[in-house]
Amino acid sequence: MRITQGTFSHLPDLSDEEIAQQVQYALGNGWPLSIEFTDDPHPRNNYWDMWGLPMFDLADAAGVLYELNQCRAAYPDRYIRINAYDASLGRQTTALSFIVNRPAEEPGFRLDRLPGPDRRVQYVAHGYASDRPAGQRYTSPG
Amino acid sequence: MSEPDQQLLPDDAVVDLGAERAESGIEEVLAALDRDLVGLRPVKTRIAEIAALLLVDRVRTRFGLSTSRPNLHMCFTGSPGTGKTTVALRMAELLKRLDYLKRGHLVAVTRDDLVGQYVGHTAPKTKEVLKRAMGGVLFIDEAYYLYRAENERDYGQEAIEILLQVMENQREDLVVILAGYKDRMDSFFSSNPGMASRIAHHIDFPDYSLSELEAIGELMLAQEGYRFTPQAQQTFRDYLKRRRDQPRFANARSVRNALERARLRHANRLVSMSGVGLGKDDLMRLEPEDFLASRVFADPTGADADPTGADPS
Repeated sequence: MRITQGTFSHLPDLSDEEIAQQVQYALGNGWPLSIEFTDDPHPRNNYWDMWGLPMFDLADAAGVLYELNQCRAAYPDRYIRINAYDASLGRQTTALSFIVNRPAEEPGFRLDRLPGPDRRVQYVAHGYASDRPAGQRYTSPG
Repeated sequence: MSEPDQQLLPDDAVVDLGAERAESGIEEVLAALDRDLVGLRPVKTRIAEIAALLLVDRVRTRFGLSTSRPNLHMCFTGSPGTGKTTVALRMAELLKRLDYLKRGHLVAVTRDDLVGQYVGHTAPKTKEVLKRAMGGVLFIDEAYYLYRAENERDYGQEAIEILLQVMENQREDLVVILAGYKDRMDSFFSSNPGMASRIAHHIDFPDYSLSELEAIGELMLAQEGYRFTPQAQQTFRDYLKRRRDQPRFANARSVRNALERARLRHANRLVSMSGVGLGKDDLMRLEPEDFLASRVFADPTGADADPTGADPS
């Protein structure tokens, strides 16, 4: 099951050239960019691992692409996203965030029903990938 | 980034290079270079050659001829104040016009910006600078300080290695220009053969002749809205002649400093002339005494030059 999180996630995966254009758009708005990666696909997983520090004072998207390719080389089987942060007063939030790399196989989620008191049922989205220990998810077994 | 697919020209088509040149807007940059920079003949020739090469490459691609991307990393050598930084700025602009670079900005750094202070500090620092420079020109002033032969544990070597790697692999994103004194750059290259072989263009900036220095002074004054009286012009020439033989003469930078001080004295002279009405011309005109007060004229041998190395006041 394809994870859809962040901007453009319902589109086909962006090519590097399209990524560069989006990054350039962010730079044109004065938003610094950062790269993050994770192997926990749960939508409520807000805390992805940072790949290096956020990149300030860039002029060209090539710098971000350079780091992205380094990150891809190190973690080819993880989700990688690019965040653009708008620091202007009144916004001060992530302005753009999109996935730029995903594992070859995404097993998706199982729906768990947790019976509670009074016949209430809690629903839990359980990622199949998270059954395995962190760092070993998505790598081919063996 | 590749250009949008253009229709390839047929083999028997004819292209007007002049029109191509006008379209790219490099004429403007080259003309500005010629106008704003006095002398520097070999530098201008080399820049014109590079511009011509890139232009021809552009036309070649339109015929479907393969063109490998030329290596444009450069090394500027010359005495202080011969215009290395200024030319680097123009070079960035020129390469942008010719579509070689995407942004055409200049990031000027020295050893401090590249080399870290402890283990593991250098690589991120160097990479950050490189990322900032991507799409433009990275100008490393006094690059020979990166390598310190006397200390084998110096982190400069690490910075050089990262630099080399990026210069090789990200050639389409970045042009690196190293600058510094000629002799020290030569010894830097001899101890870093990898660096020497990756730099295709070694451009030497000659020292300015006396008349060129004078022309530079006049250009600077014109930009600031001042002018010489004919006598002051003569005095200024004398000043330059004496100053040139003194130690630590920094070419155009010394000219600028001399003019700055002349402006100070000019202002002081006007203020002390209280009670006299001032016209626009008085505010623009530099008189010989604005220069004659300089210490350069105090001793004809220049023997009492300031040992601290500052330009004499």
